[in-house]
Amino acid sequence: MARTITMLQAINEALDQEMARDSSVIVMGEDVVGGSGAEGEMDAWGGPLGVTKGLYGKYGDRMLDTPITESAFIGAAVGAAASGLRPVAELMFSDFVGVCFDQIYNQAAKFRYMFGGRAETPVVVRTMYGAGLRAAAQHSQSPYSIFTHVPGLKCVMPVTPYDAKGLLIQAIRDNDPVIFFEHKGLYETEGEVPEQSYSIPFGEANVVREGDDVSIISLGLMVHRSLAAAETLAGEGIQCEVVDLRTTSPLDEETVLESAENTGRMVVVDEAPPRCSVATDISALVAQHAFDALEAPITLVTAPHTPVPFAGVLEDQYMPDAARIAAAVRRVAGYAQ
Amino acid sequence: MALTKNDLLKAYRLMRTIREFEERVHVEFAAGEIEGFVHLYAGEEACAVGVMLHLTKADRIASTHRGHGHCIAKGVDVPAMMAEIYGRATGSCRGKGGSMHIADLDAGMMGANGIVGGGPPLICGAALAAKVQGTRDVGVAFIGDGASNQGTTFESMNLATVWNLPAIFVAENNGYAEATAADYAIGAGSLADRAEGFGMPAATVDGHDFFAVHQAAGEAIGRARSGDGPSFIECQVNRYYGHYEGDAQTYRPPGEAEAARANHDCLEKFAGRVTKSAGIEREELDDIDRAVAALIDGAVSSAKADPAPAAAEYLTDVYVDY
Repeated sequence: MARTITMLQAINEALDQEMARDSSVIVMGEDVVGGSGAEGEMDAWGGPLGVTKGLYGKYGDRMLDTPITESAFIGAAVGAAASGLRPVAELMFSDFVGVCFDQIYNQAAKFRYMFGGRAETPVVVRTMYGAGLRAAAQHSQSPYSIFTHVPGLKCVMPVTPYDAKGLLIQAIRDNDPVIFFEHKGLYETEGEVPEQSYSIPFGEANVVREGDDVSIISLGLMVHRSLAAAETLAGEGIQCEVVDLRTTSPLDEETVLESAENTGRMVVVDEAPPRCSVATDISALVAQHAFDALEAPITLVTAPHTPVPFAGVLEDQYMPDAARIAAAVRRVAGYAQ
Repeated sequence: MALTKNDLLKAYRLMRTIREFEERVHVEFAAGEIEGFVHLYAGEEACAVGVMLHLTKADRIASTHRGHGHCIAKGVDVPAMMAEIYGRATGSCRGKGGSMHIADLDAGMMGANGIVGGGPPLICGAALAAKVQGTRDVGVAFIGDGASNQGTTFESMNLATVWNLPAIFVAENNGYAEATAADYAIGAGSLADRAEGFGMPAATVDGHDFFAVHQAAGEAIGRARSGDGPSFIECQVNRYYGHYEGDAQTYRPPGEAEAARANHDCLEKFAGRVTKSAGIEREELDDIDRAVAALIDGAVSSAKADPAPAAAEYLTDVYVDY
């Protein structure tokens, strides 16, 4: 039976159900329990935002607080995955990957291939990303393109509570390393989520709104803003098809190309900076494989090529919003050769 | 752990296999038969074998770029290793890894590693898996003096203590990290002192002395199996060859490698001791030498004759599901 819950609750429920189902699933990270070794309450935090709250009481030693030592514990999760467990490691902020990237990039991502198909690394790295919380330059980035670039990694970014639960369960059951990006601005988003366990396959984009005039290809928080723009534009007579990529690796090329064929006009919306990004990748894909269908230049709506600023007036300009997306769509819709 | 005659003969056979393997790879590389980056372990055999004689197949090790010796001692198939170094379809990694990435998870060998300091975090994970699964298995991270200065090593030693993991860190200090001397690069007075700072027992041994390594490893692995947490061992050793094959080694004083061969040969040291006091005849060791020479000859011949991977293989093994 479905109820309305938040994305935070959906992620907690996915972890809970998988830990109950499979004793090889463990969770590790900084303060995922919270209070270890301190004199107050154990399970005081359940993660900095409470995503893992309550799991320690059920799963005890399978919930592991770590020192602030990302290289060691992300690597330990990778090593444990290659030794029979299914670890879910929490890299608190995806910005912190700078101190542990080797274990993801050179170790986890390469084992299967480099060892001739004779190794599996079923590890999940859950990590927060995204701007909008005035968290400034080192706690606000959207670095999913860096991971998407690495062969061997799967990259997932849920947009709704329903997708968060189903994609996280898929990630835990997957036999490859998965980077699971959680936008910190989406944890309180509500939506209908079935109580029972279910999974959503990777590599299947979600057409979240149908329309024949302009395609908006987007991911993460930007899908919500794209939908808001599409709603406004519908009132102006412009019908947008909004595609949520859901996973950037594997990438559902087919759905993106079908949408391009359908509308002939495309806006790509990405919260990350513009160089070597998911936005440029989608743009290149469509230019290569759907060139003949295009009736207007592909237009990108992205963050600028700057770090994420702190002050509200600056950060609000940094992030693409519905107004910028709508303006881009109007330009594309009105383009005539 | 008392060593039986069989143990001693096994130790000798493994050390000789590593030596013969490396000497032969050196020759074949110089002849242009082998491509890529190759780092030889000759001179350091007692370190790998002294540790590995205590391990079962279920115990796990992580290795370094200088990994051939660890692989052989852990039980990776020798002809498959040679085939891998030749880039053959029959190799340990089907030709996709090469010398620096030989692995055999079924043998508990989590991979040679091209990243200096890549292994210690992985071994924390293997040790954690053993602990969560309630086995008495252990994980051993081999590192060199170079990796002894990496943050991953420090972090892993701390984490192993915090989580009381059945992990052992074995530092093979051969005096050089590539071309930079260990004396220059290691800020601490000794690696053992540094390890003690992370809260674990530490020993320093002569890495050419199988018995010294074996003794220290036995104590460390015993502690790990008993739930008494991690340990550290520094093996002081010499490498007979350069950092990589093709290294002119002009950073070493003239004659250093030759002197190491003459004065610090773990095989000679071992043979001298066991033929004097363990009831082993020189002929028994000679028989092993002959068998090993035949094994390596066969491995090289078959590696040369084996097929390269099918060209289409370059696209496989990257994801499991699609």
